[in-house]
Amino acid sequence: MEKGSKELKVSAIKNGTVLDHIPADQLFKVITILGLKDCPNQITFGMNLDSKRLGKKAIIKVADRLFEEKEINKIALVAPDAKINVIKDFEVVEKKVLRVPEQIVGIVKCANPKCITNHQPITTKFETEFEDGVLKLHCHYCEKNTSSENIKIITEN
Amino acid sequence: MPKSLISIHDFTKEEMLHVLSIAQEFEKNKVQPILRDKVIATLFFEPSTRTRLSFETASNRLGARVIGFSDAGNTSVSKGETLKDTIKMVSNYVDLIVMRHPLEGAARYASEVASVPVINAGDGANQHPSQTMLDLYTINQTQGRLTDIKINMVGDLKYGRTVHSLLQAMSHFEPDFTFTAPDELMMPQEYKDFLNAKGIPYRETRELEGNINDCDILYMTRVQQERFTDPMEYEKVKNTYNLTASMLAGAKENMKILHPLPRVTEIAQDVDDTPHAYYFKQAENGVYVRMAIIAYLLGYK
Repeated sequence: MEKGSKELKVSAIKNGTVLDHIPADQLFKVITILGLKDCPNQITFGMNLDSKRLGKKAIIKVADRLFEEKEINKIALVAPDAKINVIKDFEVVEKKVLRVPEQIVGIVKCANPKCITNHQPITTKFETEFEDGVLKLHCHYCEKNTSSENIKIITEN
Repeated sequence: MPKSLISIHDFTKEEMLHVLSIAQEFEKNKVQPILRDKVIATLFFEPSTRTRLSFETASNRLGARVIGFSDAGNTSVSKGETLKDTIKMVSNYVDLIVMRHPLEGAARYASEVASVPVINAGDGANQHPSQTMLDLYTINQTQGRLTDIKINMVGDLKYGRTVHSLLQAMSHFEPDFTFTAPDELMMPQEYKDFLNAKGIPYRETRELEGNINDCDILYMTRVQQERFTDPMEYEKVKNTYNLTASMLAGAKENMKILHPLPRVTEIAQDVDDTPHAYYFKQAENGVYVRMAIIAYLLGYK
């Protein structure tokens, strides 16, 4: 991760979780998915940082918080290549690899306008599928697929 | 959660064959009032005369009483009641719910909140599994088998849910498909991917003539105006196919024409008098198949 010699655009945290290599335009979706709006911890964000791989990337540092695998895997929907680093005493002690969960409950809106979940107060539910490496969400209700470029995050509950 | 029939995937191949064999029993012996003490609800949030009458006939033949509505307009739904509340309430009254709803996924959701089995009688353009079961029953009846059948599906293969479900159900039985449709209404890629993955052969064509003589089943469909958002597009394709008796001269002897009905212009009246016409018998079969589905879900067969 960030070496001592490298200048940090977002200041280091002593303990907690760093979510790096988030595509810049997905930052706010990640914030929504993880519910950081209501998180009392100290959180620092960086957006539109230069990245060799992504062009522009975003980074989130949440102090004194570890995320459960189940929780963190949800962001694979919008930032599949994000790097999750667990920090202890300013050192990376664990790197987590994101895995798209088999089932997504809530979070995402079904792209089918005729799906019942878009008309009644129903929690959405999808099975994730990969077709030629492309992520698709198969709606448990209307049985239609929402492709990854059509993923809309539900912001209000 | 009690066993429901929402999508054709809810039945295994064995369950399909089991229900088809119960239906055969019911066709032989139509009066079997085994559900004399049961009440069945038919909730039609969207009108459909044929399907509703078929389900109500099936329920009555089994001796059950039927309650319900045929149009959501004069129910509490029009007052803004949620689907959940309607289903919760009705499932306290009855032993089984048959429902049709204009929105896709409505029946699946209903089956999750209901305390009794739910049969999906159509949810928008999604699923209509009792239609698929009666199609299987009719194919078996006319051909004496379900395996190794050549099926030519004609018409609206894009929006037509009956062809999509039939394709999925037949995939258990090594079929061979021809898809006949205008460019605008071709079989969607996801279903072709499904067939490719299963190694099931199919070919696509725009021409109906020239693709009649080698099939066992000619499955005709109506171009459904209600599925089109653009009326211009509907006008362009609505009269693409018109099957007439003269086109059937070279058809195989065993070839039968099926159609989920109602038909408009895609099958001419003179076809009705040919030995290939089977769509009215197919509709009649719907009653036996629905009797079988109801009896099976309620644990009687």
